[in-house]
Amino acid sequence: MLDGRGAVKRRAGARLWLSGLWLAIVALAAVFAPLIAPHDPLMQDLLYGRLPPFWMAGAEPGYLLGTDSLGRDVLSRLIHGARIALIVALVAGIGTCLIGSTLGLIAGYYRGWADRIISRLVDIWMAFPPILFAILLIAVIGTGLTSVIVAIVVIDWTRFCRVVRAETLNQSQMDYVHSARIAGFTRMKTMLSEILPNVLPTIVALLSLEMGIAVIVEAILSFVNLSISTDQPTWGGMIAEGRLSIHQAWWVLVFPLITLFLTVLSFAQFGEGLKDRFDPVLR
Amino acid sequence: MSGGYLTIRNLSAVLRDTGERVLRSVDIDLQPGTIRGLVGESGAGKSMIGKAVLGVLPKALKVVEGEILIDGQDLLKLKDADRRRLIGASTALIPQDPLTALNPSHRIGPQITNRLVDILGWTRRAAEVRALEVLEEVQIADAARVMRQYPHELSGGMRQRILIASAFAAEPKLIIADEPTTALDVTVQKQILKLISNLQARHGTALLFVTHDLGVVAKICDSLSVLYGGKVVEDTDVASFFNGPHHAYGRALLAATPRHTDPDASLLPVPDDVIAAVRAELGEADRQWVRHD
Ligand SMILES: Nc1ncnc2c1ncn2[C@@H]1O[C@H](COP(=O)(O)OP(=O)(O)O)[C@@H](O)[C@H]1O
Ligand SMILES: [Mg+2]
Repeated sequence: MLDGRGAVKRRAGARLWLSGLWLAIVALAAVFAPLIAPHDPLMQDLLYGRLPPFWMAGAEPGYLLGTDSLGRDVLSRLIHGARIALIVALVAGIGTCLIGSTLGLIAGYYRGWADRIISRLVDIWMAFPPILFAILLIAVIGTGLTSVIVAIVVIDWTRFCRVVRAETLNQSQMDYVHSARIAGFTRMKTMLSEILPNVLPTIVALLSLEMGIAVIVEAILSFVNLSISTDQPTWGGMIAEGRLSIHQAWWVLVFPLITLFLTVLSFAQFGEGLKDRFDPVLR
Repeated sequence: MSGGYLTIRNLSAVLRDTGERVLRSVDIDLQPGTIRGLVGESGAGKSMIGKAVLGVLPKALKVVEGEILIDGQDLLKLKDADRRRLIGASTALIPQDPLTALNPSHRIGPQITNRLVDILGWTRRAAEVRALEVLEEVQIADAARVMRQYPHELSGGMRQRILIASAFAAEPKLIIADEPTTALDVTVQKQILKLISNLQARHGTALLFVTHDLGVVAKICDSLSVLYGGKVVEDTDVASFFNGPHHAYGRALLAATPRHTDPDASLLPVPDDVIAAVRAELGEADRQWVRHD
């Protein structure tokens, strides 16, 4: 039992640190992009088009991950692309979390008509395929960073709502909730100080996962050219462009794909790791 | 049958969906400073009586008639806020399951003191002193350290002691204990039982003690109510019950309880014909109740 718990803890620790390390790198890249990036991400130089990454024959020093067909430095574009990715992850993730968790808590704890309305809304929402939903929404409200964020929040609040509601329902049946009510605490106070702390680990895990999802959604929307203007480097945009020259310059496609994959994976793993760390029983 | 600290009169509760009665015109009288056992098989409605008093009935149930008097005031006639204030100040619960009765996210100390500070208006300092005091009263060594611990760091018996301490902390006039020893192993059960009855005697609390174990009733109770299908079928003092119950169901229950040699044997079934007779009685009561409604 104790050994099992120890093993869980160690595994959780490793994934927390590895994913945290990658996310820290991405965050630093985003914040200090102009200082770190070796080149201007927008600067074209057709003489330097499709340079391979540093270990291949024909590589130019100073262009570590090569250049795309317009001669723009792939590494610099990746670093600048982290800005859009992180802004979307943070704003959309937190917005989705606040709206979904609040509705989930209310539905799960107050039950009654509030629960009926919220749960019905979730059912209706979930009937739409999300990416189609996003594209439709953007078509209506227009492209741009704000639209992408609004679309993610509008579509994905249900993920929080469903899970938080279920978890809240679960906690509401615990004797300590009854005891708080018997002692004379109001429903609001009971919900916020007795139930919420026990649902928080789940919310944190979901938030991190949602940030990863936001990064993917932004990439997909960039890929189909529905995100921000094309000259700003984004990972999704790079993937879309890289696809066109896959046979001549695979690195233009592969590096943003790997970056995207690692980032999304790290968000999910970081959330799980945090959840275990927060869990009072495993702590 | 009056002048008790807690008096329940003619209390009926139904399932909202089906209208089926879960509590059937229950009368219970609990005198100040005494212990009344509330006995019955699982599903008899023991917990629902406690929850009705404390105002935490599940949503699926509804009280349709009756009175619940605490110190002469009918809880069911009070405004919600007033009822909560009266309950919060005068009553406490010792719950059945020590695993879910403490909040896993909070340290022990605040779980005892928050109520004293936020609801009853004590100073934080006074509440902490009081918490230490009651923890020592339930024989927890190193109470100051325990107050800084989380529930999962403590054993089941330890947690039940803490819940008992917490129940007595504000000197309530009435405590409802809902099978407080059922989830514990036998040796711990005995200690906890002794602890509760000692504290009850010292503080002069009125205690409604829910159990399905007549052996426990014999040890600590002054009076008892036997419940079947949400109906009180026997209401008597402990001595006369063990000298010979009046009701067939009470007699069968007593006969099915051996004189505490084999704890499992207390689960012996009550004979079918007795059950059939009690059921018929319930059916008759329901028919009359519907007609009088
Ligand atoms: N949440 C609930 N929803 C519907 N019915 C309930 C609920 N809780 C209890 N009941 C009904 O109330 C009856 C009495 O339950 P309870 O008081 O918990 O029994 P016990 O005597 O074992 O404590 C049960 O038989 C059950 O049918
Ligand atoms: Mg019960």
